[in-house]
Amino acid sequence: MNGPISRRRLLGAGALGAGSLILSGCDKLNSSPGFRSLLQGAEGLHMRSQRLITGDALAREYSEAEMSPLFRANGSTSVEDSTYKRHAATGFSGWALVVDGLVKQPLALPLSALQAMPQRTQITRHDCVEGWSAIGKWQGPQLSAILAKAGLLPTARYAVLHCADVLDGSPYYESIDLIDAFHPQTILAWRMNDKMLPIAHGAPLRLRVERQLGYKQAKYVMRIELRNTLAGLYGGSGGHWEDNRDYPWYAGI
Amino acid sequence: MMATDEVIRPETQPFAPQGGELVKRHSIVTRIWHWINVLTVLIMLMSGLMIFNAHPRLYWGEFGANPDKAWLEIPETNGVAFPGWVTIPSTYSLADARLWHLAFAWVLALGLLFYLIWGLVRGHIIRDLHIRIAEWKPSHIWQDIKEHAALRFPTGAAALNYNVLQKLAYCGVLFVLLPLIILTGLTMSPNLNAGLTVLLDLFGGRQSARSLHFIAAFGLVGFFLVHITMVILAGPINELRSMITGWYRLPRDKGEAA
Repeated sequence: MNGPISRRRLLGAGALGAGSLILSGCDKLNSSPGFRSLLQGAEGLHMRSQRLITGDALAREYSEAEMSPLFRANGSTSVEDSTYKRHAATGFSGWALVVDGLVKQPLALPLSALQAMPQRTQITRHDCVEGWSAIGKWQGPQLSAILAKAGLLPTARYAVLHCADVLDGSPYYESIDLIDAFHPQTILAWRMNDKMLPIAHGAPLRLRVERQLGYKQAKYVMRIELRNTLAGLYGGSGGHWEDNRDYPWYAGI
Repeated sequence: MMATDEVIRPETQPFAPQGGELVKRHSIVTRIWHWINVLTVLIMLMSGLMIFNAHPRLYWGEFGANPDKAWLEIPETNGVAFPGWVTIPSTYSLADARLWHLAFAWVLALGLLFYLIWGLVRGHIIRDLHIRIAEWKPSHIWQDIKEHAALRFPTGAAALNYNVLQKLAYCGVLFVLLPLIILTGLTMSPNLNAGLTVLLDLFGGRQSARSLHFIAAFGLVGFFLVHITMVILAGPINELRSMITGWYRLPRDKGEAA
């Protein structure tokens, strides 16, 4: 072999070799627990820096003209549970939201009681972790008002939303800390786009925590449990996707 | 040791270096930043393509989902828009790709911030990258295009200065593509949308920011391809050495004895 060609071949082979080395190396690193926990360290940086920059600022609210013509339903779009189905058949008239855990006064709030509370209506953008966005109108009582009714014990740090749906064989749940729980735009929506919240979008009640991604917006909320820690609950990571797919608990980006 | 200047300008040298001489070309800061970026940009691109696979459609404006009109939709083969050999990880995982992407984003953003501040303070940007008025003249740019097309590269001391096309390429990456890709990335954060509404308005909505993020990524791919081609044409060993050790051998004139 003469000089230039062998050098060119060498470079070509080197590039190919480097390419496949990068790929297999990345997959190896991807399944290494040590490397993953290093990458996961970024989640805390995101949460702290975003909260420093954003503070209590409100998510943008849009006009009716800016709404999505059709709001895509994703994740669970129906619920198999027989008790849920019975309530759905009667328009959730006999159903009640349970608030318990680290509270002074556990509550069972029927839908009519939630509807009688002061309401917040907001037209906001819903951002799915997959990349798409949809703008919709949501109405319901603020979570802060419900928590005030129950009265938090000093040890309460997280609000856990227990849901009626089962996704990929495990019950859906989500959790937020008290910073987001007491944010004015954090509501429990029973109304969407000027109609009763459809089952595909989480009837009778869906959490709106507007400054986080879609998987935090728990549908079919049945019970709110105040807890001191997320450890010991299901997989311990604070949510269905967090436990099963390693999604970050803080979903501000 | 911060004494190494980026490019030794011949007019400031009493004895301009000749073709064939070894000169110090890149400072240690540039070299470290360059190689960190090689790794970081590659990881960002490959994990970004996996994230894109989760929803391979792009829109303009604030919202955009399956029922809405996409301006670009990459068709899926075997269930993915971008194949496993260009993605991190190689098999579908939105969660894992985000883990990589959002961790290395810090390296990219803080690295650029540091390098820009260093470049301004140390004079690298003004001295070596600043495009002077004479260089903006269309006739000058056209001349440079012709030189490039004919593969005639500067030799001797003239090779110490970046030519106008080089400056445009490096400035385009440093001041346009990298800031654009970082800022549009931040504009996809629902939390920062609340805190930095100015970004949302600047890019015309979250889905526009996502589209621009994608376009900027392919702008960087374009830069990478041209950059690698030029390195190979200009002499890969000499170019690689200068970016690893800092030392660059000035090309000789055709007439000069080897």
